[in-house]
Amino acid sequence: MPREGILVHTPYERMTNEQVLQVHQASIQILNEPGLISFNREATEIFHSNGAEVASVSSSDNPCWLVKIPEELVLHALDSAPKTVKLGARNKDNSLVMNGEEPRVFFVSGSETNIWLDVDFQPYVKKSDPNIEVMVPEFHPRRGTVLDLCQAAHLCEHLETLDAFIRPVNIQDKDITEDNKDVNKFFASLNNTTKHVMAGLTSLKQLDNVVNMAKLIAGGGEELKENPIISFITCLVKSPLQFVEDTTQTLIEICRRGLPIVVSSSPQAGTTAPIKEGGIMAQINAEVLAGVTLSQLVSKGTPVLYGSVPVRARLDNLSDSYGAPESSQYNIDCVQMARFYKLPCYSTAGVCDTKTPGMQTSVERLFSDILVTLSGPQYLHCAYGLLDGNSTFCLLQAVLDDAHFQMIKFFLRPPRVSQAEIDDTLKQIREVVATPQKLYIRYIRPMLRSGQLSMPYPFEGDGETDNVLALAYERMKQLLSQPVEHIDPATTSRVFQEIPGILSRLNVYEERKEQ
Amino acid sequence: MAEDIIKLIKENVVLGRVNRDDEGIDEGMLGQPGVSELTEKALALGVSPVDIINNGLTAGMEIVGQKFEAKEYFIPDMLASAEAVGVAMEILNPHLAKSGIKDKGKIVVATVKGDIHDIGKNIVSILLRGAGYMVTDIGNNVDPQAIVDAVRDEKPQFLGLSALLTSTMVHMADTMQALRENGLRDKVKVIIGGAPVSEEFAKSIGADGYGADGFQAVRIVESLASAEDK
Repeated sequence: MPREGILVHTPYERMTNEQVLQVHQASIQILNEPGLISFNREATEIFHSNGAEVASVSSSDNPCWLVKIPEELVLHALDSAPKTVKLGARNKDNSLVMNGEEPRVFFVSGSETNIWLDVDFQPYVKKSDPNIEVMVPEFHPRRGTVLDLCQAAHLCEHLETLDAFIRPVNIQDKDITEDNKDVNKFFASLNNTTKHVMAGLTSLKQLDNVVNMAKLIAGGGEELKENPIISFITCLVKSPLQFVEDTTQTLIEICRRGLPIVVSSSPQAGTTAPIKEGGIMAQINAEVLAGVTLSQLVSKGTPVLYGSVPVRARLDNLSDSYGAPESSQYNIDCVQMARFYKLPCYSTAGVCDTKTPGMQTSVERLFSDILVTLSGPQYLHCAYGLLDGNSTFCLLQAVLDDAHFQMIKFFLRPPRVSQAEIDDTLKQIREVVATPQKLYIRYIRPMLRSGQLSMPYPFEGDGETDNVLALAYERMKQLLSQPVEHIDPATTSRVFQEIPGILSRLNVYEERKEQ
Repeated sequence: MAEDIIKLIKENVVLGRVNRDDEGIDEGMLGQPGVSELTEKALALGVSPVDIINNGLTAGMEIVGQKFEAKEYFIPDMLASAEAVGVAMEILNPHLAKSGIKDKGKIVVATVKGDIHDIGKNIVSILLRGAGYMVTDIGNNVDPQAIVDAVRDEKPQFLGLSALLTSTMVHMADTMQALRENGLRDKVKVIIGGAPVSEEFAKSIGADGYGADGFQAVRIVESLASAEDK
């Protein structure tokens, strides 16, 4: 049985049907005029051979073409793109089945940050009363490593609400190069979680090594097709409206290999997209449709997710402001557009502007986590543990996020109102009213024991003390002390023999021997 | 046989099952005898009431307390168990009296004049019954004179007063004054509780104790009872 996620019974939508159609029409117009600049020759040829109008706009050292995509190509692509996409997993019970028309949300980690934030707790003594000592969290940023990625996957394996894993940290070890990064990040992830693993590709040259590794782990080529334990995310369009040379080629090659792929665009309202809601929506939708169209032209039926990471610009430094309410508005609109096309949607929530766990972080994250979840995206990249935009990852924050998503999932349970429930409750009411104490307390117990009642916030302090971070830290250590099911020794051995470039320190069986 | 039934009483106290119609926390238990049926049966088998109390009811409540401390049990569980014990004590009290065994004491509880909020008082009543006290609940919105009359008639060792509103807590002071004017103040220990009151307020009106919650109320009563015994 695949993971259940959480079904949003009545998804929140901002736009009327008429507004959705207006955005769609505007995107179709954009794809035709002005069209997209393509820096990728093969994509240009594919579009051209399928009827798109192409004109060279190259400068001497930078070949590029203007591609005008006609509406029919887009509509055909939308027809052929699967409406249901399966993402497999090492443990098949962790696979995800996403239907573009069903607002069933799966919560996912990500995205690749450079900074890993260590936490420890130090005692601080009150100056005016040295008898008073409190433990205060100290945060230590450093560059992420491949062993950090293992630890992140390990923790995410045990986060109850997390349905799939996008690597949250960029591996920057000295012995990691462009030529071995992909195999190491995929192996580190796959070996430490039995959930689905999605990542971007650093080097196209590594694609076959990654796919071959996945085949070994899945049990063969057909098995990988049936149970795609990995998938890819590509940002092939740079906003505004430009097919990037290398990531577009990556998309083409992944489509040829039949693995699921996210076509993602991440425009920033105010700089790389219009600041007006209708404007950024028309543009991002055009950019995603362009990618979806290319995916289907390369290989009809390629499983593709409508990927949207729209964000508003901060006005003080023009960086991404994920904490701004407008960013949630854009994301929710994109979910609605994806549903209009019946495509499963990769959406974004939970990224915050703050640099360390704390109150602002929780406010910013929860704001978008709740709202975007309510809109019903199928694959919600909700940034477990991410801080400072997309720059920093902190395990402690991921544990806090898991607790918050448990609350959101609880909230989204369907209403328990039925004639049988009402009849049962009427009986209770009559019984209780006839008693001198008139208390319903005894009826709580069966509900409590069957998990139908929410529990208190798990990191609640005693009395007036705020121990949230310290308690979450304890929970983090507890989760990390739980084992993970690594890839079996025989498969691990084959992976190390047949896939070049994987660092020996990632072989848990060799490491154990050395110990 | 006696050991078996006492063990069953203890187990059903832990499950918080008053009688056979009470599922406790498990629907599968419906129809099985609860604490009240088991207590009746134990008496019929000739088990001593003291054994039932010490090794069945009290032993069960000790386990419930441990589970509560371990956060395995919550207040509804404590109340259910306390209610089951309270029902058993009502069955046992006549037998205790016949055996010449002194009961733990009598408590009159009331929500004071002007206040109809009685959840706190009701919870405290259940917990006190579960702790083995005989509780007379004279209701809510009770006039000071009616409380005085109840103290005079029932002759309780303790009086529990409850209020939820800042506008009604003043009637606790009126009630204390009425007790003094009727010469009853030194006949009864008064404890108060409720959201707006505090330890300081209890002292200011001359009450003997203050319970911040139901469990503390029971502890205060136990401690006052123990001091009285000495």
